[in-house]
Order: sequence, then structure tokens, then C-alpha cells
Amino acid sequence: MIENVDLTMVNWARALFALTAMYHWIFVPLTLGLSWLCAFYETIYVKTGNEEWKRLAKFWMKLFGINFAIGVATGIILEFEFGTNWSNYSWMVGDIFGAPLAIEGIIAFFLEATFFAVMFFGWERVSKGFHLFSTWMVAVGSNLSALWILVANGWMQYPVGQAFNPDSARFEMQNIMEVILSPVAISKFTHATSSSMLLSSLFVISVASWFLLKKRYIRMATRSIVVAAVFGLLSSGLTALTGDEHAYSNARYQPMKLAAFEGLYDGERGADLVAFGILNHAKQPGDNLDPFAFAVKVPIPGMLSLLANRSAGTFVPGINDLVYGNAAENIMGAAQKIERGRVAVEQLALYKQARKNRNGQDAAAALAAFNDHREYLGYGYLDKPEEAVPPVGLTFYSFHIMVILGGLFPLVCLAFLYFAYTNTLAAKHWLLGLGTTMFFLAFVASQAGWTVAEIGRQPWAIQGLLPVTVARSNLTAGTVMATFIMFLILFTTLLLAEIKIMLKQISIGPEEDSK
Amino acid sequence: MIGSLDLTTLQQLWWLLCSVVGSLFLFLTFIQGGQSLLWQVAKTDTEKAMVINSLGRKWELTFTTLVLFGGALFAAFPKFYATSFGGAYWVWILILLTFVLQAVSFEYRSKPANLLGARTFELFLFINGSVGILLLGAAVGTFFSGSNFVLSEYNLVTWTNPLRGLEAAFSLFNLSLGLFLVFNARTLGAMYLVNNLHFAGQPELEERLRKAVMTSFICSLPFLLYVLVGLVLMQGFGVDEQGVVSIVARKYLTNLLALPWIPGLLLAGLALVILAVLRTARSTATGGIWFGGLGTVLVGLAIFFTAGYNNTPFYPSKADLQSSLSIYNASSSHYTLTAMTYVALTIPFVLAYIFYVWRAMDSRKLTSEEATRYGSY
Ligand code: HDD
Ligand code: HEM
Ligand code: HEM
Repeated sequence: MIENVDLTMVNWARALFALTAMYHWIFVPLTLGLSWLCAFYETIYVKTGNEEWKRLAKFWMKLFGINFAIGVATGIILEFEFGTNWSNYSWMVGDIFGAPLAIEGIIAFFLEATFFAVMFFGWERVSKGFHLFSTWMVAVGSNLSALWILVANGWMQYPVGQAFNPDSARFEMQNIMEVILSPVAISKFTHATSSSMLLSSLFVISVASWFLLKKRYIRMATRSIVVAAVFGLLSSGLTALTGDEHAYSNARYQPMKLAAFEGLYDGERGADLVAFGILNHAKQPGDNLDPFAFAVKVPIPGMLSLLANRSAGTFVPGINDLVYGNAAENIMGAAQKIERGRVAVEQLALYKQARKNRNGQDAAAALAAFNDHREYLGYGYLDKPEEAVPPVGLTFYSFHIMVILGGLFPLVCLAFLYFAYTNTLAAKHWLLGLGTTMFFLAFVASQAGWTVAEIGRQPWAIQGLLPVTVARSNLTAGTVMATFIMFLILFTTLLLAEIKIMLKQISIGPEEDSK
Repeated sequence: MIGSLDLTTLQQLWWLLCSVVGSLFLFLTFIQGGQSLLWQVAKTDTEKAMVINSLGRKWELTFTTLVLFGGALFAAFPKFYATSFGGAYWVWILILLTFVLQAVSFEYRSKPANLLGARTFELFLFINGSVGILLLGAAVGTFFSGSNFVLSEYNLVTWTNPLRGLEAAFSLFNLSLGLFLVFNARTLGAMYLVNNLHFAGQPELEERLRKAVMTSFICSLPFLLYVLVGLVLMQGFGVDEQGVVSIVARKYLTNLLALPWIPGLLLAGLALVILAVLRTARSTATGGIWFGGLGTVLVGLAIFFTAGYNNTPFYPSKADLQSSLSIYNASSSHYTLTAMTYVALTIPFVLAYIFYVWRAMDSRKLTSEEATRYGSY
């Protein structure tokens, strides 16, 4: 099935997906979080009748709209990129994976699309109450779309509710509720949405801090900050909680990812947690080098075991255990899985051949042999066990950057709240200066999160079932490269336009007179 | 009840659902039609603002319907999704690019410091309204004229034409279908604007729009005629009980005769469009978009039904007949189609709230004052 894989092509296709997904994710978290904030601000306006809250809501909505448009523009590419660049993937798992995408369209995108127009242009066309309802619906719709796409993504990380059908040679859905209620989908959804609320709160804090530094719209900015800081504080708590839940499910379903983002090569009982470190770049699986050139450990012994397994003395497998196996801990390594996977691949081909020749007996025998090894089918396409290891450096650093920033954000929110409470915020220039940078740091954390999730999943498109080399389309490297360059230029131009417009609108501020 | 439907029924049902979404999309291309008319009908800044703002309140619906069309095909006919998108690569990528351009243009066009200038964003809208729809039409044309692909034993697609889908636009039949859709979109776009705008103080705009309804329609006629005659005369693709595909003379004529309600839909649809055009161009009526829209939906349904029903592979391969895709060999499993059918029960609800919001928002027509005020596009 994977004769003549053009690895250059596959790598360009991965780069293309990374490019489009990361561009999409520049805008998406802001849409997800800012929509709730707009709804809150408007609710306060409707409750109090105070026109100033309305102006404030409208200001943030304007920024929301600029961001939303380009979020939509980048989204459509992703939707179809599964077909264009991962067509074998679309065929092999379309029976399962297509469903959440279609449901997302029916249930979520239309909510957004319909009520978006009311939110922007309905101020004088519908009643106050209906307008408020529409704003809430935009928030609900955006976050519902996140739910469905994350169900899809969660399924790629932990493919439940499916079975391989040797006759059609594809994976087919067995239980849609298992797919939807998968624990990984739930931690994805909760973590991605709560971190996006956090990011958006920090966006508001950044913009409002800038206003305060410039001594403009002091009241509006302070009000925005208070709501955003409360929101940010709550959501950073949620983010940390759901992030921990993520790590826990990684330990169970994607132990290789966990080992990579912790930089753990040799598994141990009562494993310690590395707070931060510099990796030793010469380190390879199976050698005796120290994985770290420099490392700071968390001074609580067994902390990693505690986080991963909720119990301090337990075994956390490292990369070497997962690659070469560890009989003592009863862990089968990629090496053994590859052997079995090759049998599955072979028997599947024999089965197909026998069916073509209408040889019932051979077909039955091959099917039986296939069924004994089917669990490892995906491993049959790997060339060597070390291929099962994702890029450790990128995963490790991304994870640690995300978590460290995740510790910083609630402190910043607290500081803003404290000084707003004591009414000294406008004078705290150091905090306001720091505040303006928060937004960028939040972006770094958010993008780092996806890097952990997606790079840490390599070499799999579907964890354990389908390597990216098999998921590909039949294209030349040149074709994909050309597409990459086109999108790079297009998206970068549009991003620059977006940033310029955004900055201009921010500097115009919440005034009604100019455009 | 849904749980007891057999696979064949579900496959036919899902072709019906995809056809409905696709046809609704064709109706909603009035947005694209309006975009391509912008420079022709709107001469002053105020007129432009009116057209842009009127379209700008609806564009998301069209866009989202396209996304749903893709998503529904993915869920229900994944082999088509994999084969067509992965095979006819360039035509799809170019179509998508024009929609990327569209998505930012309404929002950014009139904002200060927008980097590219208003004219560029208007050009983007024009490209989406012309090239985008033309290529989409050409791609739909391949449902009849066939494509150049071979599927391996494991269903991996190989495209045998180096243009990877763009070759579709070089067939006269596909090109005609594309051009027909472009001009039909313009006809609808002009009718929508006639319906949606308040022309007090802008009588020339109304005049130009009503004229554009007629000229666009007349331009669309030769292409429509070519498509219809071609469809009736051309040889098509048929699939037999065993799933063997062969070339069948006058296949689509056979389909129309075998399922006489399809030509019924087609004729009713065309009649509605013609009625709408005449009324809008010749009187002060404003309801044309509704008749024209319904007519377009019916014509769209007729096209999709002819392509997919009556033992016809809807995505035929010229390069290797046996690789052709029909709704029976390209579909999802029984389980998935059943589950998705439950989900589809929410569609009437979605349509209902769209309808409600549309009415609430459009109960008053858009005035030039509102279109140029602070906060508009
Ligand atoms: C956690 C949230 C999330 C994630 C991981 C993704 N998206 Fe997204 N997407 C959204 C959340 C979102 C959103 C917030 O709902 C957007 C952003 C701006 C917008 O208008 O809606 C959106 C827009 C959007 C659109 C345009 C929708 C429209 O017509 O309005 C499409 C087609 C997609 N996305 C498709 C995808 C695909 C195929 C993804 C996976 C690779 C993906 N998105 C990742
Ligand atoms: C928007 C947030 C997302 C970001 C920033 C993101 C990031 C990435 C990155 C960086 C890669 C490249 C990995 C590599 O080549 O080494 C990738 C690949 C991929 N991602 Fe994601 N991803 C996101 C969401 C999703 C979602 C929601 C899905 C599925 C529904 C998904 C499916 C895929 C697929 C199919 C690939 C290509 C195959 C592969 O290289 O693994 N991604 N993504
Ligand atoms: C506070 C401590 C945090 C922990 C323990 C944590 C943990 C995790 C883990 C383990 C993953 C990988 C999920 C996977 O395997 O797919 C992840 C992903 C992610 N993180 Fe965090 N995270 C934290 C903070 C943050 C912050 C502050 C942000 C952004 C503002 C963030 C944004 C993300 C995103 C966007 C993803 C990818 C989506 C997903 O997989 O849910 N995280 N996080």
C-alpha cells in the first residue's frame, strides 16, 4: 500500500498542514474567548442600561469581527485539506472522521454565520433582548464548532469506537457515542476552550493596558480589565486543571507523547518531574547518554508518576521502554509491534488476493491470521522501531514553555485585579507595560500547546493505526511545495492586513464618529 | 424508524441530502453574482457601499453552505471526497483560494489601513464571483463528462492528467456549465439587491440592477442551451447490477425519461427563473429573488439527481471505467449513514432559525444612510 512513498512530498504536506493549522489557530482562540467577553459586556449593558457598556461591547465586537473574518478564511482551507493533501487518510478513516466535520457544519457553523450578522448589523433592526441572545449564540456557536473539531482531533489521538474492515480495507465506525464522549475529546475541548478564554482575557488586558499607558478611555479600559482579569483568573484555573487531565490521559493513551514532552528516556517507578532543562542534543534512543545537558527537577519526589498516574510510586515508561519493550513492566515495544504489524499487512494482502481468485479457504486462513495481528496493522508500515519516536526537542520545549507561562498568567491577572481594587492601576506603569506583552505570551503558549499535541503524535496521523506516510495523497513534492508557497504568501499578506487594521482600530478606540 | 433503513435507501437518501445542500448553495451564489456585478451596477461610493453592505450581511451563509456541502460529502461519500479532492487537486485549491479571498474582503475593504486598498478587495470579490463559480461549475460538469483517475486496489487515487483537475475547464460542456452558473448567479444577485435595497435617492442604481437582471439572464441562455442539448445527446456512464461500469449512449436522456419527475423539476425550475427575470426586469416587483431562487434550487436538484440516480456513477472516470464512483461504492458504512441521518433531523430546525433571523433582519430595506454609517462595511 505504501510503495514509493515520496518522503519529501510527505514532509511538504506536513509543513503545509502545520502552516494552515497554525495560521488558523492565530485567530481561532481569540474568536472562542472574545465572543464570551463580548456577550458579558453586552449583558452588563442590557442589565444596567448604561450606554458606556454598549460602546465598550461594540468596540470589542469590532475587533472580534476583524479577527473572525480571517479565522473563517483559514478554516475553509483546513476543511478541504484533508481531502486534497491527505486523501488516503480521508478514505481510510472518512467513515468515522467525516461525521464530526459534517456535524460541525450543521450544528455549529450555521449558528455562528446566522447570528454573526445580527450581532453586527442588528442593533437597530431587532429588539435589545434578541440582539443579546444573538451575541450569546455567536459565542455558543463558536465554541460548539470547537467541540466538534476537537472530537475529530481527539479521535486521531485516541481512536475509539472503530474497527478495521478487511473487505473495504478501511476503518469503520462502530459506536459514535464512544467517539463523541471519548475522554481525550473531552480534555481537548475543555483545555482548548478554557485556554482560549484565557488568551482572550489577556488580549483585552493588553489592549486596555495600552490605553491606560496612553491615558485614553481610562474608565472604559479599567472596566474592561476588571471583567477580563476575573475571567482570565477563572479560566487559567480551568486551563491548568484540564491540562493536568490531558497529561493523565496521555499517560494512558499516548505514553510516547508523554515521554517525549517530559524528556524521559528510561522509565522508572516514582519518576521525578523536570521543571525545566536543556536537552542533550546528541542523545538517541537506546544509547547511554544523559538526556539532559542541564535540568532543574521539581523538588517533590515521584512528581511525574503522581501527575501521570495519580500515584507517586508507579511506573512511567520512557522512550526506550516504548521502543524496545520492557518485559519486567510488561510493556511491548515498537520493535515487537512492528513484527506483528508486518504479519497483519502481509495477511491482508493475501486475503485480498485470495478473494480476488475466489479462493474461499485461503481467504479464511488469511483473515484469521490477519485478525490475530490486526491491532498492530499501523506498525507494519514503520521501517524501524526508532521511527515511533516523535521529535523530542520540539515537544519537550513547547510543553515546558506552555506550562511555565500557564503559571505566570494567573499571577498577572491577580496583580491587575489587586491594583484595580486599590484604584492605583493607572499609576502602575510597570504592570501596564507587562500587561501589553501578555497577549503575545498567550499566543506563544497556545501555539506551543498544539505543537505538543500534534508533533508529539508523530509519526502517526491516527495514533497507532495510520502513519502519516500512509495518510498522504498521491502528489508530487513540487505540487505540494508550490501550494505551500502560495498559502504562505497569501496568509502572510492577509495577516499583515489584519494586524494593520486591528492596530488602527485600536488606536481609533471606541469612538463613534470616524470609520 | 431510521434505524431500520437498509444501506441502499440510506445511500439514496444521502445523495438527496447532498443534492439539497448543493442546490441551496447554487441559490445562495447570489452573493457571488452580486460581487461580480459590483463595478457594473454601482458607480458612486454610496452605491458601492449599499451593494457591499447588502451582500455583506449574507455572505457567511453561502460560505457556510459550501463548507457543509464539503462536510456532508466527506461524511456520506468519503471515497468521493478522497478521490476528487486528492485527485483533481488544482481545481479545488484554486476554488478554495478564491473563497479565502472572499472571506476577508467584506470586512477589510472599507477599513482604514487595510494594506491593499479598497480596489484590491473589490477585485478579490470579483474573482470569487467569476473565477470561483466558473471553476465550481466546471468541477460539477465532470459528474457528467468524467475525470481522469485510476483507483488502486487500496483505493489510492492516481490522476492521469498533469493539470490535476484544471483540465475540466477545457471541456466545452464543463465550461458552459460553469459560465451558466456564473451568469445565473449574477441574475440572482441583481434580483436579490433589487429586493434588499431601499433606492430612495439612488434611482440609477435600481435601474442598472433591473437591467442587469435581464442582460445576465440573456447571457446565461446560450450556455444553458449548450448544457441541456449536450446532456441529452452525450454518451454517459452506467453501472450494472454487478457494479461493472460501461459507456452508455444517451445515458442522461435515459435517466430523464426513466425518472420523469426530474425533467419536471428542471422545467418548473427554468419556468420560475424566467418568470422572476421578466417580472423583475419589466415591472417594479421586488420578489424575483424568491422565485428565481426556488427555480435555481429545482434546476440544481435536477442536475444532481441526473448525475447520481438510476444506476449512474456520479463521479465517472474516463481513464479507467471501473474506478468510477457511484453512490453505492463510494458511501460510508451503514452504521455511519444511520447515525448521520439522526443528525440530519436537526436540519429543519437550522433552516427555521435562519429563516426567522433573515426575516427579522430584512423587514426593513437597507438605506444608503445605513450603508455608509459608522460601523458598516
Ligand atoms: C478549538 C477550536 C478550533 C479548531 C481546533 C479548529 N477550528 Fe476551525 N474554526 C473554529 C474553531 C476551531 C471557530 C472558532 O469556530 C472558527 C474560527 C473563526 C470562525 O469564524 O470560526 C473556525 C472556522 C472554520 C471554518 C469556517 C467556518 C464558516 O464557514 O464559518 C472551517 C471550514 C473550519 N474552521 C474548519 C476547521 C478544520 C478542518 C480544522 C482542523 C484541522 C479546524 N477548523 C480547527
Ligand atoms: C488549530 C489548531 C491546530 C494546530 C495549530 C495544529 C498543528 C499541527 C501541526 C504543527 C502539524 C504538523 C505536525 C508535523 O508535521 O510534524 C499538524 C499536523 C496535522 N494535524 Fe494538527 N493542528 C491543529 C488542529 C488539528 C485538528 C483539529 C485536527 C483534526 C481534526 C488536526 C489534524 C492534523 C492532521 C491530519 C495533520 C497532518 C498529519 C500529520 O502531520 O500528523 N490538527 N497539526
Ligand atoms: C497550566 C498548565 C498547563 C498544562 C499542565 C497543560 C497541559 C497540556 C498538555 C499535556 C497538552 C497536550 C495535549 C495532547 O496530548 O494532545 C496541552 C495542549 C494544549 N495546551 Fe496546555 N497546558 C497548560 C497550560 C496551557 C496554557 C496557559 C495554554 C494557552 C494559553 C495552553 C494551550 C494549549 C493548547 C491550545 C493545546 C492543544 C490543544 C489540546 O490538545 O487540547 N495550555 N496542554
